[in-house]
Amino acid sequence: MAKNQVRPPENPTWQDMGFGNIMAYAGGSKSYRTGDWRTDRPVVDKTKCIKCGMCWLLCPDAAVKQNEDGTYEANLFYCKGCGICVNVCPKDAITMVEEGA
Amino acid sequence: MSRRVPLEGSFAAAEAAKMADVDVVAAYPITPQTHIIERLSEMVNDGELNAAFIPVESEHSAMSACWGASGAGARTFTATASQGFFLMHEVLYFVAGNRLPVVMAVSNRAVGPPANIWGDYSDAMSATSTGWLQVFCANNQEIFDMTLSAFRIAEDPRVLLPFMVHMDGFTLSHTTEPVILPEQAEVDGFMRPYVHPYVYDPDRPCSYGYIATPGLYGEIKKAQDIGIRETISVIKEVWKEFGDTFGRYYNPIDTYKTDDAKTLLMVVGGLSETAKVAVDKRREQGESVGLLTLHLWRPFPFEDLYKAVEGAENLVVFDRAPTLGGPTGPIIGEVRAALFGKRNDMKVAGILGAFCGRNLEVEQFEEVIVRGKAICDSGHQDMVETVGIRG
Repeated sequence: MAKNQVRPPENPTWQDMGFGNIMAYAGGSKSYRTGDWRTDRPVVDKTKCIKCGMCWLLCPDAAVKQNEDGTYEANLFYCKGCGICVNVCPKDAITMVEEGA
Repeated sequence: MSRRVPLEGSFAAAEAAKMADVDVVAAYPITPQTHIIERLSEMVNDGELNAAFIPVESEHSAMSACWGASGAGARTFTATASQGFFLMHEVLYFVAGNRLPVVMAVSNRAVGPPANIWGDYSDAMSATSTGWLQVFCANNQEIFDMTLSAFRIAEDPRVLLPFMVHMDGFTLSHTTEPVILPEQAEVDGFMRPYVHPYVYDPDRPCSYGYIATPGLYGEIKKAQDIGIRETISVIKEVWKEFGDTFGRYYNPIDTYKTDDAKTLLMVVGGLSETAKVAVDKRREQGESVGLLTLHLWRPFPFEDLYKAVEGAENLVVFDRAPTLGGPTGPIIGEVRAALFGKRNDMKVAGILGAFCGRNLEVEQFEEVIVRGKAICDSGHQDMVETVGIRG
């Protein structure tokens, strides 16, 4: 039986694949940059933010973080740019801005 | 001392699961379920078997519960048939891909429409590429023996794959035959503890069922395919040990009067016993005929097939699942593909029949042999021929 790798090598062969659909470590998705799926990024206007936390609560990817001053913004390493935060913000404090624009 | 007792095929499977001391049975308790689960639920209720019985709301949930239980290190068993088997289908792949040694008995039945409850291999043939190890049983003793040895094979550290034990719906599952049951102490001596190297454990977390990009999927599937193929040596080893322990030996392909036979008939499952009588009768007529019973379906026993057909000229394969719009039956097609390039001189004819519990008498098996041989002689092996179907 193949010993499962903690981290598979770059461009692994089938022999590197180890045993079953299992990786011998947890938290793989933490290092997975889903932010590059994004076409638009959410930008928070901190002057409008009332720190209610709706965006933090309803982000489907738990990609919203709270700043020291109590306001919220997206962690762009994970944010896929779905725009739910824009829709749930009661103060219209968030807008989607096209990446690269 | 072992005991010889009358048992339905269903009860033989349930007895084997009980004697293997399963920890979890998860099953949907309504049609198309069989007596396998009914008997196991009685055993758990009456305290004969110390196991968790999870009566779930569908077969999809049954197999999902088995996935979780087996991943957590529990010896896990379930059973189903026909439409329920189809509802499990998605999860079958995940259990195999996660290398979990769930054992399942399948009482093979025809698939609707039309609605029915009788036996053929239409359900089984949908699961050929799910990644499960699979055997077909020819009688109720085999059902007991195969189910018991399935746990040993599936849980072997070199295997760790799920195992399906197929039995003919009704003709075996609901029919009583004498079955030799061993002593519990003999079974305990044969069994080994189940230890999964990546068991679900909060103190040693792993990532299960990860996503694979186009850059990884092919490598993962090739590793899985080769992993399944390599189990055949372990299967033979465990069956040898089973034989040494209990006195009954099993092979991937059983042979009957094949030594000097020019024409071989190949059959799967319970009908092979009727086919034996037909072979005897054709031999009385002076025909050079033998019988192959294909026992191990996955992994496909290529080398055993090549050895079994040595010296023979014609092979007549009998299939029990309709192929709609395809070239031949599922087993005929695989056997032809396995022989292609290896035995191009061999003529392979395919005949389908006995769908949905339609009885096939000895005389009709004789007809299969005679017509199959004629097809081989004619050179028109591409025909999809049927037996016992009116018109």
